[in-house]
Amino acid sequence: MSAPKQPLRAYGDRRDDGVLQLSFTLPVALSEKAKEAALQYCKGLGLQDVKVASAEAAANQYTFFVVYARSPVVLDYAAIDVPEVVFRKLGFDELNQLIESDVGRRVVVFGACTGTDTHTVGIDAILNMKGYAGDYGLERYPGFEAYNLGSQVPNEDLIQRAKSQKADAILVSQVVTQRDVHKDNSRQFIDAARAAGLAGKTLLLLGGPRVDHKLALELGFDAGFGPGTKPSDVANFIVHAMLKRLGKEPAGLHYEGEPT
Amino acid sequence: MPGPFVQDAEIARSREVAQEVIEPVFELIRRNTTVSVERTVLRLFGMSDAGPSGVPLPNLMTDRLKAAGVLNRGAAYWYGRALQLGARSPLDAVERLAALPLERLQPLSAEAEGNLRQAVRREAHSATEELRRRIGQRDALREQFPMSAAPHKYVIVATGNIYDDVDQARAAAQAGADVIAVIRSTAQSLLDYVPHGATTEGYGGTYATQENFRIMREALDEESRRLKRYIQLTNYSSGLCMAEIAFCAAYERLDMLLNDAMYGILFRDINMRRTFIDQYFSRRICALAGIIINTGEDNYITTADAYDAAHTVIASQFINEAFARRAGLADWQLGLGHSYEIDPARPETLLLELSQAMLVRRCFPDAPLKYMPPTKHKETDIFFSHAYDVMADLVAVWTRQGIQLLGMMTEAMHTPLLADRYVALKSAAYIHRAARGIDEEFTVREDGKIATRARDVFGRAMQLLEECRKDGLVVAIGRGHFGDVKRTETGGKGLEGVIEKAPDYFNPFLELLEGVRA
Repeated sequence: MSAPKQPLRAYGDRRDDGVLQLSFTLPVALSEKAKEAALQYCKGLGLQDVKVASAEAAANQYTFFVVYARSPVVLDYAAIDVPEVVFRKLGFDELNQLIESDVGRRVVVFGACTGTDTHTVGIDAILNMKGYAGDYGLERYPGFEAYNLGSQVPNEDLIQRAKSQKADAILVSQVVTQRDVHKDNSRQFIDAARAAGLAGKTLLLLGGPRVDHKLALELGFDAGFGPGTKPSDVANFIVHAMLKRLGKEPAGLHYEGEPT
Repeated sequence: MPGPFVQDAEIARSREVAQEVIEPVFELIRRNTTVSVERTVLRLFGMSDAGPSGVPLPNLMTDRLKAAGVLNRGAAYWYGRALQLGARSPLDAVERLAALPLERLQPLSAEAEGNLRQAVRREAHSATEELRRRIGQRDALREQFPMSAAPHKYVIVATGNIYDDVDQARAAAQAGADVIAVIRSTAQSLLDYVPHGATTEGYGGTYATQENFRIMREALDEESRRLKRYIQLTNYSSGLCMAEIAFCAAYERLDMLLNDAMYGILFRDINMRRTFIDQYFSRRICALAGIIINTGEDNYITTADAYDAAHTVIASQFINEAFARRAGLADWQLGLGHSYEIDPARPETLLLELSQAMLVRRCFPDAPLKYMPPTKHKETDIFFSHAYDVMADLVAVWTRQGIQLLGMMTEAMHTPLLADRYVALKSAAYIHRAARGIDEEFTVREDGKIATRARDVFGRAMQLLEECRKDGLVVAIGRGHFGDVKRTETGGKGLEGVIEKAPDYFNPFLELLEGVRA
């Protein structure tokens, strides 16, 4: 029996008005013709009731538009399948206790910003003592043994170091995304990890501002963490994933903050 | 100007301590040269091409001299020997030297040696005059088309293709930008050569090359004439080729360079000795060329916490200033870096940021200063992000920053869209226009939060400077005092490129540049 339908449209200031706001640039000089082009462009996107609220010369040959319009798209919210949150994410003390009782040893984690990427802000936020937004980094957890190798670390070095310390998880941070360098480097990491026999044993995690869980899975990682990820999200994921692999937690277990 | 906050005598004392901190480093700088300094000497002589395999001629020649163990006499000396042998072009000089058994070459007679040096000095003099002439052209254009009032709005282009960068730079200038920075390819700082020619590739930006500098400056000259407002250009004199980039920038009439005495050590893990030696020669060139340097203290508070590490910014600015003055730079050339980076979730951050920016202005009244926008705590909510950037615009105009890098609302997401720059420029122009002179209208109470915080930060900066003086700068860096990054004197990249000078080391450009007062 299917669930009753739940029609869903964008909300502007009234239910189901379908109002969207968008901004974009067209590479033409500001003119009445340019405004008409913006209007037709939005109609081409399937939008209705298009209002070009603002058209400004961002430069001689570029016009910047802010547009309001209605979209006729209606979704059935009931038909959207995203696994429900089952467990509450564990706090700092609770997670350390779970590691002590169910893993029975410290969890070893290696992390680095690999390839040519020099931006350590992400990996530092997750691993360093201080953490991010008041959420402690993995170094602070008694249950974790965390190694942050810094930036511009060759993928192979990270893998070798992690392997020699029998790491439970490896975190790869990728901040620079020009021409998809993060994807190329991540693929190379996965190839090297597979060659080193780590795939399926060591948890391989990818993080960065342009990373999401789906992309990470496509690239061959076990999980991906995007913007706004807190160290506790990563810590919870690692511990639950280890316990699932150990058969101590059901494979279908889900918790708050898990990458989906 | 807001505040004394601290006494003039205390500020003067900080300057003295910073001088003492850098003094031991100058012993190192005096006794040693580097492969990149020597390559710069060859570039100053006009050696700018690449060899058949694409390797720059200055690299071919210094590598050959280094392999023969004779680079310690200075590349200028060997350049003179090649001329004496009848070399008619830079490539010819390299080839002639490559063909000789340099290790076994007989020394010249004292008279021939003296003649050689005189001849090379004459050539160095005329090369320097040519450089000055080019810089004079830039200055004339600046005079003809004055820049708009400070803070100069600084934006970045980073397409990875110099020709696309030109389009974006022109658009930014038309939208009100005063300074264009062309981001270079990720990890160029770790290349021990300057790539050759125009480039259309790179990650996170394209390469800094002399030809790319020329292409961009030419476009901005044209844009300056059209807009009747001079548009400045900047790039990065950091990494393993600080001095070579400084030369390329000077020759191609750039206006500013990112150039920090310690940034490479801390954030690119470049060897300490190498960086200290290279930064000196690079800054000597900047002094001659009237290039404004931008230092990188803002980076400290993206790695360390901006509230806790505020004093490290001030201490490092005094150190950077001391290094810069020692290299002949004038105060108007010191774009000392700092930024709006305190976690916005804290209370009173506008007061804290004002306090820090006012303190920097108080300590360095005649420096333009370079103010950086928030990055570390940026959110992907562009509307919040935009409001956050606007607060930095307000602090910048309030504290009379000379140069302000504008925040982008899509920071933390992707390289800026063209419209992101437009929105940032429009808002900054509004805030600057709206609040200009606000510092003269409000005095800051000496018993209030801003002044108390400024005194506290200054006091801790002074303690750190004293510690650097007592233990030495090398030890202080080793303890992670700057940016929470720890480095050792012999660690990092590029130490193999440091060479102890021979007693008869010869560098006519250093002689000339050290005679220059900006």
